[in-house]
Amino acid sequence: MGLALLVIIWLITFFSTYFFVAQTWWLPHGAAKAAEFIDHQFALTYVLMGIVFVAAQGALGWLAWKYRDDGSSRKVEYSHGNTKLELIWTTLTAVLFVGLNLMGSHVWASERFEPAAAGSVPVEVTGMQFAWYFRYPGPDGKYGRTEAKLMDPSAGNDAAIGLDTTDPAAKDDVVTGTMYPPVKREVDITLRAVDVIHSFFVPSFRFKQDAVPGLAIHMHFTPTEIGEYEIPCAELCGLGHYKMHGMLHVVSQEDFDKWLAAREAEKQ
Amino acid sequence: MATLSPTIRVQQTDQGGGGTAPPIPGGGGDGGRGDGYPDHGQRLRRLRLALAIGLTSVTMIFISLTSAYIVRRGLPTFDDHTGTYIQDWIPVQLPLALLLINTALLAASSLTAELARRQIIRQAALAPVRSIPGVSLGRESGFPWLALTVVLGFGFLTGQWLAWRELADRGFYLATSASSSFVYLLTAVHGVHLIGGILVLLYAAVVSLLHRPVEGRRIVVDVTAWYWHFMFGLWLGIFALLWFVR
Amino acid sequence: MVAQDAHAHAGPQGFIRKYVFSLDHKVIGLQYYFLALAAVFVGMFLSLLMRIHMIWPTAILPLVGEIRPETYLQLLTMHGTIMVFFVLTTAPQSGFGNYFLPIQIGAPDMAFPVLNMLSFWTTFVAFVVMLAAFFAVGGAPLHGWTGYAPLSALTNSGPGEQLGADLWITSIAIFCIASLMGALNFITTVLDLRAKGMTMMRMPLTCWAWLITAILGLLAFGVLLSAGILLLLDRNLGTSFYVPLVVVNGQVMGHKGGSPLLWQHLFWFFGHPEVYIAILPGMGVASQLLSTFARKPIFGYKAMVYAIMAIGILGFVVWGHHMFMSGMSPYSAFAFSIMTMAIGVPSAIKTFNWLGTLYKAKIRFQTPMLYAIGFVSLFVSGGLSGPFLAQPVLDIPLHDTAFVVGHFHLIMGVAAIFGMFAGTYYWFPKMFGRMMNESLGRIHFVFTLIGTYCIFMPMHYLGMAGQPRRYSQFTEVAYLQHLMPLNRFITYAAFVTIAAQVIFVINLFWSMFKGPKASDNPWESTTLEWTTATPPPHDNFAGHTPVVYHGPYEYSVPGAAKDYVMQTDPAGVTAH
Repeated sequence: MGLALLVIIWLITFFSTYFFVAQTWWLPHGAAKAAEFIDHQFALTYVLMGIVFVAAQGALGWLAWKYRDDGSSRKVEYSHGNTKLELIWTTLTAVLFVGLNLMGSHVWASERFEPAAAGSVPVEVTGMQFAWYFRYPGPDGKYGRTEAKLMDPSAGNDAAIGLDTTDPAAKDDVVTGTMYPPVKREVDITLRAVDVIHSFFVPSFRFKQDAVPGLAIHMHFTPTEIGEYEIPCAELCGLGHYKMHGMLHVVSQEDFDKWLAAREAEKQ
Repeated sequence: MATLSPTIRVQQTDQGGGGTAPPIPGGGGDGGRGDGYPDHGQRLRRLRLALAIGLTSVTMIFISLTSAYIVRRGLPTFDDHTGTYIQDWIPVQLPLALLLINTALLAASSLTAELARRQIIRQAALAPVRSIPGVSLGRESGFPWLALTVVLGFGFLTGQWLAWRELADRGFYLATSASSSFVYLLTAVHGVHLIGGILVLLYAAVVSLLHRPVEGRRIVVDVTAWYWHFMFGLWLGIFALLWFVR
Repeated sequence: MVAQDAHAHAGPQGFIRKYVFSLDHKVIGLQYYFLALAAVFVGMFLSLLMRIHMIWPTAILPLVGEIRPETYLQLLTMHGTIMVFFVLTTAPQSGFGNYFLPIQIGAPDMAFPVLNMLSFWTTFVAFVVMLAAFFAVGGAPLHGWTGYAPLSALTNSGPGEQLGADLWITSIAIFCIASLMGALNFITTVLDLRAKGMTMMRMPLTCWAWLITAILGLLAFGVLLSAGILLLLDRNLGTSFYVPLVVVNGQVMGHKGGSPLLWQHLFWFFGHPEVYIAILPGMGVASQLLSTFARKPIFGYKAMVYAIMAIGILGFVVWGHHMFMSGMSPYSAFAFSIMTMAIGVPSAIKTFNWLGTLYKAKIRFQTPMLYAIGFVSLFVSGGLSGPFLAQPVLDIPLHDTAFVVGHFHLIMGVAAIFGMFAGTYYWFPKMFGRMMNESLGRIHFVFTLIGTYCIFMPMHYLGMAGQPRRYSQFTEVAYLQHLMPLNRFITYAAFVTIAAQVIFVINLFWSMFKGPKASDNPWESTTLEWTTATPPPHDNFAGHTPVVYHGPYEYSVPGAAKDYVMQTDPAGVTAH
């Protein structure tokens, strides 16, 4: 049975590790500025944890086989442990874990502590059962007022987020169901939710943030590649959670300007 | 013991986890013979221990509620209308005079509970003497401190009820604002705990009417009295929170 | 005194007093065990339905009918809740703990037998109320076992959020009360009822695990109880603890100003210690078994005790790592993250010591030992994905994906279940007086170990590729399509693994009646439960009071006649 255990544990270790190393299933291609840092930290953590994983599982299988009761008269080492070894092990783990943590912290700080840089594109993202709406403030740079009692999800866009059309600031607000950010410019998003918690998740951007009713959460990211990206909702929000799905079309600056101008023209 | 000298030696290292040593008298609650018929001192000790442990979880309930209170009080909420965060905390106008009277009632009941506790300790101590034929120690029972505690406890609860009525008259219902929700909630949870204490006190009173052995009653009264003191302290904390952190 | 003792030791007569409303901790322990066994099969069946729906979303199943997306979420909620509360909290702690804690410390019963009975029957009521949610109008709630507000706090946010959700919260509140009573009993028992010579540092590691678990429960369940009360008030009496101004499908709700994050803080303040409530008893059992079957003292007993304590303490300051993406202050994420990494240190100590126990040992591979080794393997695998999730930056892509599902299932689901299996195979002879079948046990082990790895390891790959959790089907998101083969593989693995559990059930019930009779100490263990008769008499030690002379794991002591020295052996003089 010792040998069987060795084989089983080593095989499990081999296959688990193989699919990680071969990257058969891996993080989607990174298409935002943060992806590079996060992927680096991920790879570092992954290598270190991978070594510990293989070492621990390998040792477990080996010890089980090597020290099986084979009926021989071999003596068991009578020992209650080794305090020095314990201390070395504890220190090493503490250094490894805490060090790893500190290494990643600056990325978190730059992502979450600092506000978006000047000149970024403001977009308000509103989640509701089961759709995302995106609002651009228009030339005045100000979001118009929204009212809870005006919200009508069945009417879509402006009405869905309850835009108060009597507010002058709301006149030039553009509300869409698909997000169009320009490439290589920071996007300053304001996350809101009208009913329950949703989560704005763009796997390719390594971006995720819950949208919480009662809060307006400011976040920012910078897309680096033109393309279409999916936004699956990542917080359980009700029966349609699996189909709460938005699209993000990253376009060039010219296309963005053209697109926004066309939307503004539609409004008039 | 010398003839039974150990032939083997169990290693005593730093990591030994016990090793060999003669049993330590009292080291591990020696003689704790379960629920069977332990002596009363031991039962009392065990129940007091259990009370302390139980009150820890009661404390956790109130810690979570009060921290929720403090967090909620300082928490802004996003206002659609203005597009900014606003504070929506409305301080509740507490019926201070009534609550002070209630506090006095509960303080008095805590005092009478303590007197009841000491009274029954004396009775328990004298019980062996009393069992000697021909020895008379005067009247069997002293002043009914226990009954008075129950009455004062009911008085406090009635007072709290009146305070709720007063709050409702001032327009503060449970769902009126976050602050009023917390006022009702904290007082209600405290009240439920007090009702539990009153039930135990009533049980002790019934037991005393049934002339059960005084040692058994002593344990019930002792533990309930400590519980009662704790509830008084808890009320002071809640009252202070509601008044000073409005 | 003698007459009194005789009276105290007489067992109750009559079926009701003996098996139903029993005050005997051993009967209550078995009641908990069988309650958890029933619950685990309910939970497993629900997970099977979920796996089927993920792969064949339109399938119409016999008896069950069509699983719709909302049905899937209801299955998911009930699966999580039943497994966490009625299996992972109930079996290792209340089941095995009730049965063996008093015996292992040399006590005739728990400190408060009536309270013990009450806590079991309260748990039972909680379970019935939980199951009743299935039959409520609208069905069971769909808000997940974490019940995030406002989804859980509004009655019109989805099917099952009416009566079903109220029953769900009520059940959890009842369960909290039951657990608080249980915790109180456990702690008092350990502190006050230890036999002569059973110092704290001579307790088996199982007892340490049960003690720390009870303390965690004592501190955590009160918080969940108050959180649940607030949720009930929000749902039914219009208060706004968790719900701000919200508009559900165009309808403005009456709430204002509440904080959805408040629920998350309260819930995870309970929820994270709950993880350790599930796994600590498993660690205790693994330690006990590794030492016993390796015929070697546990490596670093004191380090193990301190590690359990450290895990218990740190477990209360890491709840925020569930909330990195929740809108909580990003600054506090730092503190929570460091604390979470710190909790990896005592966990690593434990793993190291388990391996150290095997080094230069002489391992007997009976079924309980296989499960103990499986536990270590799963604990390592599940544990090592922790440092990914504990780093806020890496949590950004991984949070709420299948990676998390794989992580916690390996460590608190499967590892804890392996602890239970290990405990069952190990203590079965003591509980039922018969041995379980070794061959069936081995087959069950191999299928379960490989099967669970095949189910949960691929979930890590899915999560990395960005598959969100709690998706009932993957038809709506384009980039999830290429992951379907892996999802199908998981479902097939689940079929096989669940089928293999039939082997366990057959072995359990067959051995209960037909297994070979067990001796008093079939594994040649040292702890007190193996000094008494099999099964133990009503007062555990038949009127005799055990006196303890040794630490719990004195195996292969040089010079001793046998390769183990019982804890009650007076200095091993039997060696003559």
